[in-house]
Amino acid sequence: MIASSKTLRAMGALGAVVLVAAGLTACSSSSPSSSAKGVYTFWDPYPQFDQTSAWTKLVDSCGTAAGVTVKRTGYDTSDLTNKALLAGQQKRSPDILLVDNPVISTLVDAGLLTSTKATGIDTSTIDANLMGAGQVKGTSYGIPIGANTLALYYNKAVLKAAGVDIAAVTNWTSLTAALEKVVAAGKKGITFAGIGTEEGSFQFLPWYWGSGANLNKLDSPQAVSALALWTNWVKKGLAPNSVINNTQTTTWQEFMTGQYAFGENGTWQLAAIKASGMDYGILSIPAMAGGAATAPTGGEFLTVPVQSDTTRYATSAKIIKCLASTDNLVKTDTTLSYIAPTAAAQAKQVAANPALAPWIEAVHQAKGRTSDDLGTKYPLISQQMWGAVQKALSGAGLPQAALTTAQTAAVAAIAANNG
Amino acid sequence: MSTSTLARSWRSLRGAGGGAGKPVPPGRRTGGARERSAQWVAWAFVAPLVIYLVVFYAYPLYRNVELSLKHYTVRSFVDGNAPFIWFDNYLAVFRDPAFVSTLVHTALFTGVSIAFQFTIGMALAVFFYQSFRLSGTLRALMLVPWLLPLIVSASTWSWMLNSDSGIVNSVMQAFGIGQINWLTSPSWSLVSVIIANIWIGIPFNLVILYSGLQAIPVDLYEAAALDGANAWQKFWRITFPLLRPVSAITVLLGLVYTLKVFDIIWIMSKGGPGDASTTLAIWSYRLGFGSTLPQFSPAAAVGNLLIILAVGFGLLYVYTQRKQQLS
Repeated sequence: MIASSKTLRAMGALGAVVLVAAGLTACSSSSPSSSAKGVYTFWDPYPQFDQTSAWTKLVDSCGTAAGVTVKRTGYDTSDLTNKALLAGQQKRSPDILLVDNPVISTLVDAGLLTSTKATGIDTSTIDANLMGAGQVKGTSYGIPIGANTLALYYNKAVLKAAGVDIAAVTNWTSLTAALEKVVAAGKKGITFAGIGTEEGSFQFLPWYWGSGANLNKLDSPQAVSALALWTNWVKKGLAPNSVINNTQTTTWQEFMTGQYAFGENGTWQLAAIKASGMDYGILSIPAMAGGAATAPTGGEFLTVPVQSDTTRYATSAKIIKCLASTDNLVKTDTTLSYIAPTAAAQAKQVAANPALAPWIEAVHQAKGRTSDDLGTKYPLISQQMWGAVQKALSGAGLPQAALTTAQTAAVAAIAANNG
Repeated sequence: MSTSTLARSWRSLRGAGGGAGKPVPPGRRTGGARERSAQWVAWAFVAPLVIYLVVFYAYPLYRNVELSLKHYTVRSFVDGNAPFIWFDNYLAVFRDPAFVSTLVHTALFTGVSIAFQFTIGMALAVFFYQSFRLSGTLRALMLVPWLLPLIVSASTWSWMLNSDSGIVNSVMQAFGIGQINWLTSPSWSLVSVIIANIWIGIPFNLVILYSGLQAIPVDLYEAAALDGANAWQKFWRITFPLLRPVSAITVLLGLVYTLKVFDIIWIMSKGGPGDASTTLAIWSYRLGFGSTLPQFSPAAAVGNLLIILAVGFGLLYVYTQRKQQLS
């Protein structure tokens, strides 16, 4: 029996060696199969669309038209930045990357994107204000697939019951007066998303810019007045306390209860509100002194990441041109409930759905968050801004003090990032 | 290596270990080649484990330390030529105005969670030890918090604690107590996430302490009962001292687990409002993934501080266990 046990052990040892060897080969042989000649990789932040969706089919058909197969992968938006950076580090960037607009400056800073000039993608038909978010120091790095922005949805029934004339709501004073009337009538005033993430900054920006404040100076008197407006609403009960933790989805759920007069939300909710049957209207977010405030643009950009094999750019550009053709833009932006980035496509959208007209106007007035040459300074400023919003709304600090701290921290963060 | 050499080397290994023949003093063996091949085989056996440890522990840890000692921007993250700045990231973290409050939050979160989890877990373990009717079923029900995915329990907690529409506030208002902004007030948000974390941690304490209780001999209790000890004396004089080894392990494991809790806090409050419920784990995530411009180096520095703290408690655990084995 001793002999057989010896054999058993020997076989065990051999097994271990084979396993290790197999493991090592597995590590070394995982070269990207995607870099095969006829296969083009495409990453987007739309994990909600599966392989049978119209979006995937559109991407596939544009690939076929360019004579290649497109392999599309949908990632969660918050995940895509780091996925793109890691892929760049491993020299395995996708051929086409559809990415949220404030991320462009980060990826350009990392040297991962090609300019539209280098790849020959035409940007001349795109609205100039929408291109802003895709430009760094005057060079364009992609084109928007569509755009969205923020406005105030209002509930006509609630306003009527409170005796508010929406035409009289033109600036912050008249808006606050309207909210007071609504609350006095036993309903709720306004809901928005003040959560401590980029979403909170996105929702605060129309008020911030509407006060005349500039992102380079978070503690200006104008900025303080914008934050004081939000803070007073929460303090006086004109906005619910839950806004501090609200995402844009939860604030929408609050508005859809029918109890609220106003809800700050985006273009993308248009389909949902129509389906709900609520009698609603849309109002541009008013600036402090009246008129429409500048709102931030949302939406993704089609970009071509840097490849070692530069001959691939031509085909990538062909696929992008196909996706950005007027008919396809209208199709995609209708699915996403976005506004198309070109005048021709916008005209088609409004012809099919006249309710889009105020949103197209709002998008024309909007501005990219990384515009004004802020670039990668924006994320650092934004992080401090949403922190200040949270502090002021929750009563942890007064608006002035919170914004002064935020400005100091933002300046330090920018210096540390450059230094 | 052929099968026959392997077999030979194994024979020699067995020889070295004693086996049937006379014990041979090491170093006086004749076949040096045989010994070398034996060593090879020994390495082959260890190799899978070593490779696993290197790939999944050593290398990531090394990368994390490297990240924290260099100044990584997004560009140098891609290029890989970030300059060494040694401990500047750590100094920046220590000097950050948020550092002290974050450390205090981490200590409070961990300490208070463990204290309540352990006390309640112990009380429940003793309670269920009296095996009464349905005690088995009830004990099984107590395990539910442990079985639920964290995303489910944390989301449910955050809905229950919602300032305006949560069930907790509506019940409190029914009893005439005013609204508490559980997750949106700077003085309550840390309390709220601690409450949720205590609830999640009770089953772990209950299960380990309950199994510890079963190891205590029943005759001790019988003897104490004959001597006229009451229930409290039985607990304080018998149960508690005899459970000490198990308790120490439970608390130390709980410390390591609680220190790194991230998901409950992130889902419920995002570490907010402001920094009111930010712990080291949340801070590290916020730096690394919280904005569209990742700051990998400071994030790695905060992460490493967390690792050092956890390793400290881990060593304490190893030390306690060794002491227990010796005694």
